[in-house]
Amino acid sequence: MIRAQGLTKTYASGDRSLTVLDGVDLEIEDRSMVAVVGPSGSGKTTLLGLLAGLDRPSAGSVVLDGQPLGELTEDQRAEFRSRKVGFVFQTFHLLPTLTALENVLVPLELQGRGREAVGRAEDLLQRVGLGDRLEHYPSQLSGGEQQRVALARAFANEPRILFADEPTGNLDVDTGATIVAMLEELNRDAETTLVLVTHDLGLAERAHRVVRLSGGRLVEDRAGAGVGVPR
Amino acid sequence: MNLGFLLRMALREGRHSLRRVGVYMVSITLGVGALVSIHSFRDDVARSVRDEAETLMGANARVESQRPFPDSVEAVLDSLTSAGVGVARMTMASTMVLAESSGDVRLFQVRGVEGGFPFYGTVRSDPEGAWGGGAGLPDGVALVDPAVLTQLGTSVGDTLVVGNVRVPIQASVDDLPTELGFQAAIGPRVFLSMETLEEAGLLTFGSLANYEAFLRLPDVEDREALRDRYDDRFQRGEVDYTLAEEQAQSLSNAVRFLGRFLGLVGLGALLLGGIGVASAIHVHVRQRRPSVAMLRCVGARQGTVFGIYLLEAAGLGFLGAAAGVLLGVGVQQLLPLALAGALPVEVTPRLSLRSAGAGLGIGVWVAVVFALIPLLELRNVPPLQALRSDVEGSGRRWDPLRLAAYAALAGSVAWLCVLEAGETDVGLAFAGALAVSVILLAGFGWVLVRLTRRLFPSRASYPVRQGVSNLFRPRNQTVAVTLALGFGAFVVGTILQVEGSLLDDLTLSFEGEQPNVLLFDVQPDQVEGIRELLPESARGSLSSAPLVSSRLERINGLGHEELRDRPPGPERPDAWALRREYRNTYRAELGGAEELVAGRWWDGTPGSEDGTEVDAGDLARVSLEEDIADDLAVELGDTITWRVSGVEVVSVVTSLRRVDWERLEPNFFAIFEPGTLDGAPQTMLMVARLEDLEVRARFQRALVGPFPNVSALDFSRVQEAVDDVLARVRQAVAFLALFSAAAGVVVLVGSLASSRAQRVREGALLKTLGARRRQVLVVLFTEYLTLGTLATASGLALAWLAAAWAVPQVFEVPFRSQPLPLVAIWLVVAGLTVVVGMVGSRRVLAQPPLQALRDGAD
Repeated sequence: MIRAQGLTKTYASGDRSLTVLDGVDLEIEDRSMVAVVGPSGSGKTTLLGLLAGLDRPSAGSVVLDGQPLGELTEDQRAEFRSRKVGFVFQTFHLLPTLTALENVLVPLELQGRGREAVGRAEDLLQRVGLGDRLEHYPSQLSGGEQQRVALARAFANEPRILFADEPTGNLDVDTGATIVAMLEELNRDAETTLVLVTHDLGLAERAHRVVRLSGGRLVEDRAGAGVGVPR
Repeated sequence: MNLGFLLRMALREGRHSLRRVGVYMVSITLGVGALVSIHSFRDDVARSVRDEAETLMGANARVESQRPFPDSVEAVLDSLTSAGVGVARMTMASTMVLAESSGDVRLFQVRGVEGGFPFYGTVRSDPEGAWGGGAGLPDGVALVDPAVLTQLGTSVGDTLVVGNVRVPIQASVDDLPTELGFQAAIGPRVFLSMETLEEAGLLTFGSLANYEAFLRLPDVEDREALRDRYDDRFQRGEVDYTLAEEQAQSLSNAVRFLGRFLGLVGLGALLLGGIGVASAIHVHVRQRRPSVAMLRCVGARQGTVFGIYLLEAAGLGFLGAAAGVLLGVGVQQLLPLALAGALPVEVTPRLSLRSAGAGLGIGVWVAVVFALIPLLELRNVPPLQALRSDVEGSGRRWDPLRLAAYAALAGSVAWLCVLEAGETDVGLAFAGALAVSVILLAGFGWVLVRLTRRLFPSRASYPVRQGVSNLFRPRNQTVAVTLALGFGAFVVGTILQVEGSLLDDLTLSFEGEQPNVLLFDVQPDQVEGIRELLPESARGSLSSAPLVSSRLERINGLGHEELRDRPPGPERPDAWALRREYRNTYRAELGGAEELVAGRWWDGTPGSEDGTEVDAGDLARVSLEEDIADDLAVELGDTITWRVSGVEVVSVVTSLRRVDWERLEPNFFAIFEPGTLDGAPQTMLMVARLEDLEVRARFQRALVGPFPNVSALDFSRVQEAVDDVLARVRQAVAFLALFSAAAGVVVLVGSLASSRAQRVREGALLKTLGARRRQVLVVLFTEYLTLGTLATASGLALAWLAAAWAVPQVFEVPFRSQPLPLVAIWLVVAGLTVVVGMVGSRRVLAQPPLQALRDGAD
């Protein structure tokens, strides 16, 4: 599903260059769950961004679901993401000016599906336990509720791949656990490939595979407990 | 691109941003309101003028001359009367009028009326019916403007002395439909029957008078036929024949011209509002970056994101413009009431869909075109920013789309200015002046902000330093607010500087040892008698000059027609200079206000720049003022043939003079050598200086009895009239400047609103760290005071420079700096900024710190 070869990312910092990611090779199978762990500054988020096509590597290549991302323009990447990719962010990133229902509808409306997809959006919100909060704005929801809306949005367009960046990072332990459970349930039903960046080692162990970064290099690649998503 | 999705997202975004960005749309509302009200009112007045053309003239046509009609023209009028055409006459002269009850005497217009004028419209008098309708004014009485009663301190029933007659005041004329309301204030009038005017003996040889005959010819073909039949006779008799429609057209043109000027000012306010829109959208875009990044993550294209926010800006612009249309229509209903006294016709407001539609379209267009440039930044928001907020997009330095947006903005401004001005060169000049002003203001503002940051004393207390540094917080709009407020200060400051210089120039002319009383229509045998009436102390200041009425017949043997046939250029005399009546004089010496610049004076003294001696032979020698010589395309050695009381006098131009017209002495376009015109029919012009106001009043009262034909002009009264006119101009300009100031205040309010959350957090942090309430107040006060000061400094600096250039170049008077108005403007603008800012920052002081810190980001 995802193949990264020699992935490198370098940033200019003043008159020096900073290599955040250094020659990472990674293959992720279809419908697997991979956790990316490592200390702060190890390049986890950078790797996520490159795998998702949100940024261009300084060197190396990424092939996502058979599509080499390097061949696509910015708009083509966006269009690809709208069809194939879902996101869950640490800070939820809900549109503050939209209701919960409208936030979930955004990926569907971008595909031109509009009003006929309302039923699907309502179902998703029902599944995450927010069936009675459809018309609430993010400012009227707690952190956990906002992340549940974000989950519903991430699965709205039936993605092939889901990228989650610290999905429980801004939540308390109990709420985080709830979110993880929902994430796993939705992922199970949707049979997506899940790439998860996390500091939470307990969460990481639930994945099929755990890759660890340090200093921009892949230093460990081992199996996880795999209890999160059945193969 | 799914348009439905764009519209839905724009609507969703718009309903939340209305409160923040909506404030800036108020500036669109003000500008559109100004344009719609001005355009609509202009159309209303033009329509009313067209519909009431006859009422404006009081007739269908008018014959007019500054001399009694020649026999040829009188024959025409007689034939028209015989044919049943209504013919009414009015003769206007100026003379001293004495009120017996108060003893006050003033110079007024006296009008003799005969034959049922006006044929159209109703004259309102108090008491009613005094004008007499078709029968004309009754003999032996006077009807007066209310201003005559006020200025003479008299009332209806009292007696006036007008020339040789004593007439009771029968009524005041409250409304004469043929004239503008404020005319009565500038030149109050006394109305007499024609017979009474003749008995008054005012129309002696050489008197300044105006003769009019009004015709009632309802059929327009008859009026045109009259012109065709008698045009040659009118031309030779030097009388003007004007149709009511032509007069109405002139008035319409004047109204249209004024409307265009006002429209340009309204457009200026609207464009200033556009700057506010650009500033608001800039802040709005920055606040929306996380949302935009997220949209890009989930698959929105650059064009989709751009489209959403462009539609949002257009929608908000539409709301602002729609509100502006409503405001404009509302003001349009009120303007006829506010200007009733100044309008010549009754104006009925009518909804102009054209004006409303144009205002709406222009308002939306301005909002969109000013929003384009900040919206283009959205293309640079990378989707990665959803993961890492510190990631910046790679903006291209020379972005073709950004350049195209700037070009669209510049082109739009120029196009709107041309549209409003109605003439390409005027519109482009206005657009250019606007652009230069904005660029200079922005530049001044930027420099001042940088200097403030760099040079602000580090020894100042912490709250003061914090207040100043707040102006440079991230996402600050200091330069935008400086520009908006500064523009208002610039407009008002320039106007006050120019007005002050003009006023100084006019005032100084009347002071010192210069004459302050002028007497005209004096017969030569009255000079000694008038001298005897003067106090002993003033007799030394008395000077007199003979006035000989002349018409210019030929130049170098060529008549008017041949001269007019010359191609346009310096060789062709100006038509007005050929046609006008000249009041020439003769004297041996040069006057105190003139300098000989070319040729030679009668005694051989050479000119200061050119001492050429011209041989006049047997012809009369004449000295011309240099500017009139240019207007007549005449040089040293040219011959001018004059007609003086029916006799031709051929003269040679032997010298040119430069005259200081500002000096109140008898100055003349043409001075003949003594011995040429001595025997010609003439009147005298006399000037004298009487220091005391009471002495001047006594002298004028003393003149009326023995010298009823003599008119006296007291220059202090002229000063009052000038002051009055300037005061009205000042009021009108102040009203216009309000629009600029209001737009600036809107930008200020909007800027404060958009950074309110930041201020609240900063205030909470300060309080958390131990700042007392008073210290937080000092921080806020310093911030707003500095902002207001920076804004006015840039605006006033530019105003001073603009006035220093414009006053000598445009008005041709010396520039005199007026510091007090500049200080007043600074006080007002800085004060307003502080008040608005402190009121808008109440929450900073009121909200508990923990709540504010917990609320987090916007």
